[in-house]
Amino acid sequence: MTAPLLEVRDLHVDIPMPHGRLHAVRGVSLSVGVAESVGLVGESGSGKSLTLRALLGLLPRPARIVSGSVLIDGEDVTGLPAKQLHRRLTDTMGMVFQDALTALNPVMRVGDQIAEAPLRKLGKSRSEAKAVAIDLMTEVGIPDPERRYQLYPHELSGGMRQRICIAIALSTKPRLILADEPTTALDVTIQAQVLGVLRRLKQDENVGLLLVSHDLAVVSQTCSRLYVMYAGKVVESGTLLDLITAPKHPYTFSLLRSVPDPGHRVARLLTIHGQPPDLTDAIVGCSFAARCPFAEERCRQEEPVLEPVGSAPGTVIRKSACLRVDTAERWTAMVSEETVGQQ
Amino acid sequence: MSAATSIGPALPAVTGTPRRRRGRWNVPLVAGLTLFALIVLCAVCAPLLTSYDPIKQNLTDAFLAPGAKGHLLGTDAFGRDVFSRLLYGARVDLRVGVLAVISPFVIGSLLGLIAGWFGGWVDAVISRIVDMVIAFPFLVLVIALVFAMGPGTTSIYTAITLVGWVAYCRIVRGQVLIAKEQEYAMAARASGLPTWRILLRHLLPNVVLQAFVFSMSDIVLTLLAIVTLGFLGLGVPPPTPDWGTMIQEGQQFILDKWYMSTIPGLAVVLTGLALALIADGIVEKANK
Amino acid sequence: MKYLVYILKRLVSLIPVLLGISFIVFFLIRLIPGDPAATLLGSHATPAAINELRTQLGLTEPVWKQYLTFLGHLLQGNLGYSYVYNSPTVDLIKVSLPVTIWLLVAGTVFTLLIAVPLAVLAAARRNGIADNIIRAVPVVGLGLPAFWLGIMLILVFGLKLGWFPVAGYGVSIADHLRGIVLPGITIALTLSPILIRSLRASMIDVLSSDYIVTARAKGISTSRVVLGHALRNAAVSSVTVLGVNIAYLTGSTLVVERVFSLPGIGQQMINSILGRDFPTVQGITLTFAIMVVVVNLLTDVTHAALDPRVKLT
Repeated sequence: MTAPLLEVRDLHVDIPMPHGRLHAVRGVSLSVGVAESVGLVGESGSGKSLTLRALLGLLPRPARIVSGSVLIDGEDVTGLPAKQLHRRLTDTMGMVFQDALTALNPVMRVGDQIAEAPLRKLGKSRSEAKAVAIDLMTEVGIPDPERRYQLYPHELSGGMRQRICIAIALSTKPRLILADEPTTALDVTIQAQVLGVLRRLKQDENVGLLLVSHDLAVVSQTCSRLYVMYAGKVVESGTLLDLITAPKHPYTFSLLRSVPDPGHRVARLLTIHGQPPDLTDAIVGCSFAARCPFAEERCRQEEPVLEPVGSAPGTVIRKSACLRVDTAERWTAMVSEETVGQQ
Repeated sequence: MSAATSIGPALPAVTGTPRRRRGRWNVPLVAGLTLFALIVLCAVCAPLLTSYDPIKQNLTDAFLAPGAKGHLLGTDAFGRDVFSRLLYGARVDLRVGVLAVISPFVIGSLLGLIAGWFGGWVDAVISRIVDMVIAFPFLVLVIALVFAMGPGTTSIYTAITLVGWVAYCRIVRGQVLIAKEQEYAMAARASGLPTWRILLRHLLPNVVLQAFVFSMSDIVLTLLAIVTLGFLGLGVPPPTPDWGTMIQEGQQFILDKWYMSTIPGLAVVLTGLALALIADGIVEKANK
Repeated sequence: MKYLVYILKRLVSLIPVLLGISFIVFFLIRLIPGDPAATLLGSHATPAAINELRTQLGLTEPVWKQYLTFLGHLLQGNLGYSYVYNSPTVDLIKVSLPVTIWLLVAGTVFTLLIAVPLAVLAAARRNGIADNIIRAVPVVGLGLPAFWLGIMLILVFGLKLGWFPVAGYGVSIADHLRGIVLPGITIALTLSPILIRSLRASMIDVLSSDYIVTARAKGISTSRVVLGHALRNAAVSSVTVLGVNIAYLTGSTLVVERVFSLPGIGQQMINSILGRDFPTVQGITLTFAIMVVVVNLLTDVTHAALDPRVKLT
């Protein structure tokens, strides 16, 4: 069996605070195969963006990685000297951010920002780098790239800016794009176009995608496999189809229920009650217990472990971190009914 | 009283103590205040610290080295005790420095308040005057004014006031424009109180903080201006001791008697440091 | 071309300020206590001489007419006549102004050489040892009298080490270059603390922004990220701070020229004050104000050139 393109094992990220520290990422493990599209879903504050940033060693200060390892093509790169590690990570992965306007240097022409990595890192000449940039701009669907090359970020529309960001992420010839809520700041039609660009990259260029989003609809349009994060941990993982048809964790279930469904006339937006736990404290028991409609006494005392669920026949292993996973059939039934009812 | 407390919101953390971090000293403020208190103490207690008259000349004892004949820092070209002149110079320079900040502060803040509150042609007139004055380098205009009005402390006060008020005016005007839009100002206006009362009781306490913070570093700039005037021979007329004059007198003998210029200069630097630390401390406190 | 139109527009908008400046300069003479003519000439002057000067200064006319005459002369480039030097004031300024401009340019260059590396170092290694030392600099620097600093530099580098001339400007370009080093550094040492403080703050701001993460995610070198992306952006806000303070510190050239015996307009102003040469003092005060206006204009143009978001209107 070939090793996955990217694998993360037991990642812990801390943010030092005036009083103690915030344990924001609590032992996340995940993997992305070659040319695979994987989604990382959760509420804001669940640690999904920090996980993504940690992968490139670009955590915002003062957050820091406490422990964990990153494997590229099965090789543990964690022990490399800082410079080599940075090089290795950025060679493999490119990154796209939520807000394209702040993610672009306001005083640099957008074309030069795309051409920078080919010029400074890949050792291309000035004209070659420019040609590469214009190709990339065409690839991400920017019309009239020669003219737009000369513009500054504030002179472009939101959708065009996000395309520029994708072109920048592609400029290092990565095999995997990390995207942090890439469409949240865009309106719906532009959102669909940008997601289309990301999907096409996977098909045409074999570029993998690790997409972070709080929006299940966005993830379900692009990803084949999902990780669901809650309070700094992965609580469930599996294929998109399995997760949305048969969630094995109450949090996933609640997430599904909270998606506004355009097929229904009556708004069925069901928000999850309560707040996520305070991550500066040690959490006893299941972190979702306080908000879980199915929680019982032992959920508040025993900490659930992410374990394979059932005997799924496929290659992808379903995992869930729920002590009451045996009752999952009931929620599944509810979701299926609704899905059926919708059709 | 009750109106003021019910309508005026407290400024962030400056007036209120609840958010102050406990057990952590405001290091710059404490250090600055201590240093400044020491300097002021030296100036106030000058007669106790030295028995020499800072003005009395004694030509037979000119250019004594530090320590000779009980002159701690030696004597100058006229045989005057340098240590005494340093202490009495502090009295002069500190007094002028602090006093010369008060009138620009008051006048500038009031004009800024008026310009910001009333707007319209009042604002236009005041703002244009500010633009004009601000076009001159501070020191150049002060020097030109002192020259025109003739030497002496009164000229210095007047010149610094005429030039210095614009900074306060700008700061307070900006703050008023912001405060005007806030609820407590609206509420005060709606309550039908007389305008002067709204301005002085409700608005001023809320906008004056920035001006006060600036005044701390302004004291340093004013002190520098006074010392510079002394150095150029336009300051406090001799034989009154003044640090700037002392530095200027020492400059001619800089090679043999380096301490003559160096020590009064260090006195200026130390005083500036103390005030800068206080200013820093206040800013830190205000931002908390 | 775009910039030329912008500058022209700005120049037109400066007219009211320039009028105001001329008014203040004109008004200086009214501040002289008593009879300006008598005061200027001193107690030994004959009544005839006083009368002659009074007519010369136009003090016999009504004030508004005096101002209009003054303004009319200004527009013709006539700043009055110096009896002390027996020469039109404009000619005196023409000779000494290049020295002052040269000093300001040198001061600005040295300021950038000192402040930029220190601010970048402090921001890049935030809260490190270097940062803590660099942060203390502005606090000490605020109360540093420029003239005293100059004397100390003369003492150490001029007299003790003999590296640079103690005073004067020399005659050749090489002399000028050597002569400007210590005065330039003096100006720079009083100006850099302010710039270090502002540049460090904006660098820290910029370094935590998203586009720096984008740049770092490209895998280009750290120096390229810091210098190519962060510094350029931090410069946008700091150039205004620098401009305001150059304008402010234009006044300190006056003292520095005095200390180093440089024949600039500041030195000329002090000499004219000591010689009670009123027209020259007036003319130089006006020149200083115009220099400030020009520096502000240059600052705005630089700001617009650095930041494409600024609209040139």
